[in-house]
Amino acid sequence: MILWFVLWSALKVAVVTVVMLLGVAYTVLLERKLVGRIQNRWGPSRVGPFGLLQTLVDGAKLFLKEDLIPTGVYRPLYLLAPIIALGCALISIGVVPFGEPNVGPGRLDLFEISNVNIGLLVILGITSIGVYGIALAGWSSNNKYSLLGALRSSAQLISYELALGLSLVGVVLRAGSLNLRVIVEQQATRGILTWNLFGGMQFVAFFIYLMAAYAETNRSPFDLPEAESELTGGYHTEYSSMKFAMFFMAEYANMITVGCVATLLFLGGWTSFFGDLIPPPENVFIHAFLPIFWFVLKVLCFLFLFVWVRGTLPRFRYDQLMNFGWRILMPLAILNIVGTSLWLAYR
Amino acid sequence: MHLILFIVFAGFCLAGAINLLLQSHPINSALSLIVVMTSLAVLYLLLGAEFLAIAQVIVYAGAIMVLFTFVVMLLNAGREERTLGSRSARKVGFPAVVAILGVIATVILRAQGLGVAGLRDGITSTEELSRVLFHELLLPFEVTSVLILIAILGAVALASHGDTDSHGNRDPYGNPERTAGK
Repeated sequence: MILWFVLWSALKVAVVTVVMLLGVAYTVLLERKLVGRIQNRWGPSRVGPFGLLQTLVDGAKLFLKEDLIPTGVYRPLYLLAPIIALGCALISIGVVPFGEPNVGPGRLDLFEISNVNIGLLVILGITSIGVYGIALAGWSSNNKYSLLGALRSSAQLISYELALGLSLVGVVLRAGSLNLRVIVEQQATRGILTWNLFGGMQFVAFFIYLMAAYAETNRSPFDLPEAESELTGGYHTEYSSMKFAMFFMAEYANMITVGCVATLLFLGGWTSFFGDLIPPPENVFIHAFLPIFWFVLKVLCFLFLFVWVRGTLPRFRYDQLMNFGWRILMPLAILNIVGTSLWLAYR
Repeated sequence: MHLILFIVFAGFCLAGAINLLLQSHPINSALSLIVVMTSLAVLYLLLGAEFLAIAQVIVYAGAIMVLFTFVVMLLNAGREERTLGSRSARKVGFPAVVAILGVIATVILRAQGLGVAGLRDGITSTEELSRVLFHELLLPFEVTSVLILIAILGAVALASHGDTDSHGNRDPYGNPERTAGK
């Protein structure tokens, strides 16, 4: 019995990891294409049809490059840092449910690796561990640009993690649970009208979450830890070849995870726009895989938003970043908690 | 299964703690402490306290230890020299530690009716936890939060005195609060 459980879990982990890594590869391509269009050029278009093979070729190039390790680095941590970064980025997808529970033969939990009772907190916890990847990379590189990048990143992540965590409290209050499945099912009944974003009146929380998520994933306009014009490359200045690629993949994997969490918490997860207003499809196969379609569609919208913001907004200054986090997002998040509690109490 | 997990993670915890003492570089010690914290979280999880486990990871491993490493990085603390320790510490310290541990161990072994903590699958739900925290133990909870607030205010008061240098310039990197409005 336990062997069967372990085998089944390992299979799910393998499939999800492969899908996630492919997703990362094609998120990179999506970004390059979209930023290209925003800047009025084509983006990668030569390798394969529409440039679709570009990221695979890039991956091969990074894999075959010489792996330089500078002499001044502190080796154990220099080697450990990219593993922590990528590991944490990939682990948190383990508690994300992609589709309805108990579908298919034998009522196996097909669309989630592990249904944890405190899934939301697990994601937050793993994200908070992921800081070490960046911090240790910057410190062990023995380079002032790397160190500055790492310091900026640690300060930024600590500041925005607070706002991020507090913005999710409203959603948790509404659902009364930290289980991601319960949170989704609570929004599922009337489709778009009962999503936390609209029906749940959590648009302030959504705004805060979105801002904090940009900061947490080190994405523009909060990409100060790797600001090219000031820090050459920030924490990954001294990394090359596959180790650089691991940081790169971690960033995009984090983007996907953040998109998944936003979808689950604010946009009704795998449920459709129409809720139960239209009857579920007859076909068992479509019934099982339609939720995946909705889920992926919503996550793709988020990725598009991420790229759009990157292509259009300039970078914050450091003091603006800190002011925004502590003076605007934090009080807003607390007000949102108070407001939601009052609304739930006197409804 | 539970017992195997318990032995593995208790081993990690002890190994991390010993490594913490033996390492001469502060950052290695800090990382060993993270290993201790996260293995402790797994032990909590084995006891069924999942919220406590993940709070341990978020608060200790994710926030407090980040600040530790942040300080180590910021001050660029180097390798510490290994000393043989003071003589008084050896003469008094080690026997004192043995004596205290002995007293604690005998008290724990003698005490009856402590209840049994079993390794189990049962999990305390969020609702149950919040009922205990916000109904039955409301007063200690509020007192603790006031205490933390006082500590924060004290830290701000202490920091706001010493931040101007001889030219009256403020340190733009020190505290984000004070660079506002400039």
